Amino acid sequence: MREERSDMSEDEDGGGGSAKSRGGGGAPPPFSDQVLEIVLENVLQFLSSRRDRNAASLVCRSWYRAEAQTRRELFIGNCYAVSPRRATERFRRIRAVVLKGKPRFADFGLVPINWGAHFHPWVSAMAAAYPWLEKLCLKRMSVADGDLSLLAHSFPNFRELSLICCEGFSTAGLAVIAEKCRHLRVLDLIEDYLEDDEDEMVDWISRFPETTTCLESLGFDCVGGAVNFEALEALVTRSPALRRLRVNHHVSVEQLHRLMARAPQLTHLGTGSFGSAAAAAAAAIPQGGNNVVDLVSTFAASKSLVCLSGFRDMAPQYLPAIYPVCASLTSLNFSFAEISAEELIPVIRHCHSLQIFWVLDTVRDEGLQAVAATCKDLRELRVFPLDATEDSEGSVSDVGLIAISEGCRKLRSILYFCQQMTNVAVVTMSKNCQDLVVFRLCIMGRRRPDHVTGEPMDEGFGAIVMNCKKLRRLAVSGLLTDKAFAYIGKYGKLVRTLSVAFAGNTDLALMYVLEGCTKLQKLEIRDSPFGDSALPAGLHHYYNMRFLWMSSCKLSVRGCMEVAQRLPHLVVEVIRERDEDDDHEAVEKLYMYRSLAGPRNDAPPFVEIL
Amino acid sequence: MQKRVMEEDFRKGEGRPQLLDLIPNERDWMVKDVGVGGKCFGVSEEKKLELRLGLPGDEDWSSVKEKREEHSIESALSLGHYSKVSKTIGTNPSSVGAKRGFLDTVESKTEVFQQQQQQQPGFLQLQAKGKELSQKTNGRAEQQSLEKKACGSPAAHGSAAAPCGDGAGANNSSQTRTAPTPVVGWPPIRSFRRNLASISKPSLESQNGGPETAVKFKNGRKGLFVKINMDGIPIGRKVDLKAYDSYEKLSLVVDELFQGLLAAQRDPLTAGTQKNPEEKQAITGLLDGSGEYTLVYEDDEGDRMLVGDVPWDMFVSTAKRLRVLKSSELSASSLGAVSRKRTAT
Repeated sequence: MREERSDMSEDEDGGGGSAKSRGGGGAPPPFSDQVLEIVLENVLQFLSSRRDRNAASLVCRSWYRAEAQTRRELFIGNCYAVSPRRATERFRRIRAVVLKGKPRFADFGLVPINWGAHFHPWVSAMAAAYPWLEKLCLKRMSVADGDLSLLAHSFPNFRELSLICCEGFSTAGLAVIAEKCRHLRVLDLIEDYLEDDEDEMVDWISRFPETTTCLESLGFDCVGGAVNFEALEALVTRSPALRRLRVNHHVSVEQLHRLMARAPQLTHLGTGSFGSAAAAAAAAIPQGGNNVVDLVSTFAASKSLVCLSGFRDMAPQYLPAIYPVCASLTSLNFSFAEISAEELIPVIRHCHSLQIFWVLDTVRDEGLQAVAATCKDLRELRVFPLDATEDSEGSVSDVGLIAISEGCRKLRSILYFCQQMTNVAVVTMSKNCQDLVVFRLCIMGRRRPDHVTGEPMDEGFGAIVMNCKKLRRLAVSGLLTDKAFAYIGKYGKLVRTLSVAFAGNTDLALMYVLEGCTKLQKLEIRDSPFGDSALPAGLHHYYNMRFLWMSSCKLSVRGCMEVAQRLPHLVVEVIRERDEDDDHEAVEKLYMYRSLAGPRNDAPPFVEIL
Repeated sequence: MQKRVMEEDFRKGEGRPQLLDLIPNERDWMVKDVGVGGKCFGVSEEKKLELRLGLPGDEDWSSVKEKREEHSIESALSLGHYSKVSKTIGTNPSSVGAKRGFLDTVESKTEVFQQQQQQQPGFLQLQAKGKELSQKTNGRAEQQSLEKKACGSPAAHGSAAAPCGDGAGANNSSQTRTAPTPVVGWPPIRSFRRNLASISKPSLESQNGGPETAVKFKNGRKGLFVKINMDGIPIGRKVDLKAYDSYEKLSLVVDELFQGLLAAQRDPLTAGTQKNPEEKQAITGLLDGSGEYTLVYEDDEGDRMLVGDVPWDMFVSTAKRLRVLKSSELSASSLGAVSRKRTAT
């Protein structure tokens, strides 16, 4: 038991925030020890990595206390791994919190609504414990407007709010934040789902203070409704520190033009629609110009731009406007723009400094070849499908992958959606891109083999784990047999996150992974034939993991119960959405995670905790 | 033969022979671990079919047979959320193995049963028990030998464990694919990235659908009432755009709504009296600029647009309010003649 607890704190990404108590209560230490602790605190202040801090806290009680007093940033990888009370009792001086909730498969509709990850208990606990809280980052949490209101009223020094893939709040909540958080520097809404009723949307932009603001970053590209543009423009005008601005698709290119003119110091720009509004807007612009030439000069004046995104409804004639900034761009997100290779090439030709590139597969292999030819410094590539169905016309293929691997040798992270792939291409990438840390290949047709040889994709993925020695995150697809997993177990020694779908033949596959991948922390599996017998293979390791998700596999309640009984600190959730009157034994969805808090008390009726 | 199999199993260092259960039914799919000191985590006994790698003369043969028969009543090969789908693709085992494995490959029950029977002999043969072989209906000797290899060397690629066991790269390129049943959350794209094709960029909601796949289509369910005001008339009306399907109808409705009010405005004294119905003037020419009044609307970006340029459906989805303006007060500068929005072709 002891070693499991210490394992829990070791992981950098570990859940629970290593908030374990070691019986640190009792009489205060003697005076000399107190002095030592103060000295220690002064030293530990400089320790920022949470992994180092976790290690330091294990040295002895004194160090434990000193570390707890000096930790400023709290990272909770799974909101259910520890209770808010426990976390706030141990760490008293937190200024920044990162809190993550639902499992990643929730993004694809696999986790029912109202499953949990409520922000409320956390904000309530923090409101009492951390009055000096400055920063909050939430990912996949369920956040209500009331929570945002409590936040706004409880933390007078609040500065930065990032909400990533969250849901449950609306523009009303944003309005309170805007109005009450007078020191707000960062408000980043990234891929959230706002609960707005069209007729009830609140003009939250107008609620920012009338005076000069200290806003540095404002991102609302996921907000569905139009914002009050005049208010937005005025806000930008009185925010001299603004460096990052990401507007939503309701902002036309003409309006964008106006905003950019007000904020030439921007470094990150989300361009909104990048398409022209109606001709009516033309009259509203004093200069009367809404043509490309003006836009080009505006871009030319934005000398600090390094990151461009948006392009939600782009009119191609405006694309050349970005030429002046291309050479200094390090990040470019075209993943909402349906551009062809012909349209991409003149742009990408200039982007020598590009490190991050997100794009739709409409650019085809040719487009990717152009990227490979120019972007020698590329670190991250994501190719999304325009048509995310299994039978769509494949626009990118193994050809594009090979080209990228040959041109972009420094590639660290790739997400690639395609319809057809070959082992040769994947092997080639494994050899050319030795720095790969993240390899996520999604062959959209389920269980599709190598389209040239007809073989499973085992060898390709095998080569990835074998050759890419730094690999930490892997997502597999296509036709895969147990052999692929044998490779992963054998060579994937640094793999922390593994995503599996429609793959494998037998339980052996899962066993290989559980036994072989010693650093595994997050394992998400769907629709693969793994059954109860594979679960015990991970008993020695589950306490080191943040979670295991298995849906539509071959699990039964009995098998999961065995695990739950063997590992008391593991919360084993069985999620049943449909009426299982025919079979109560089968487990549709399993989500299990280590926890110091025990079974949660907010589980909805369709969740059974074993 | 047997020994070699065992050795290969032990190669993994675990010494736990694994059973490959070839039952093509999700519920009964399990692997029964009967190795040395291993635990059994099987599912409910009555449903599973046990395949054992054990010594010949194992007394469980009879129970195996019984269970097989019970089991053959189950039919579909299906995984996941969708109901069991019976697809009539060829019974060619190689095509089964090639792609979808367990998903789409169920024919009839008896077929499955036969296949099962054929499968088991392959494994049973490992136990040097030749009896079952005689039950085969097809000559599947080569299949079995491949399966032997597959079973024996767990690390070998090849056979999908589904009925065919084609090992050795015989996943040929028979790409005969039946249309796949769409699965929840596959391909793994967040909902706001779906439907990016610019067929239409309708209202906001469908672009920002909730985390679950259901998207709130507000416009679909209830009527779409927008305000409509007329120049010179202090009281506005509301009109349900969903109730009409063309600009002409809308124009007629506007006429109906405001005729009376307009008349009352001009001559308050006669308002309400029906004595001279023909003196009420119809409001015409709203759409083509020929009448005294012209119909305009405000769209979701707050811009004022002339009604009639875009296809009706697009208009309905973007119009937020309507106005009836005096044609004489329209100037070229406040309204462009043509909307420059990207329209659906």
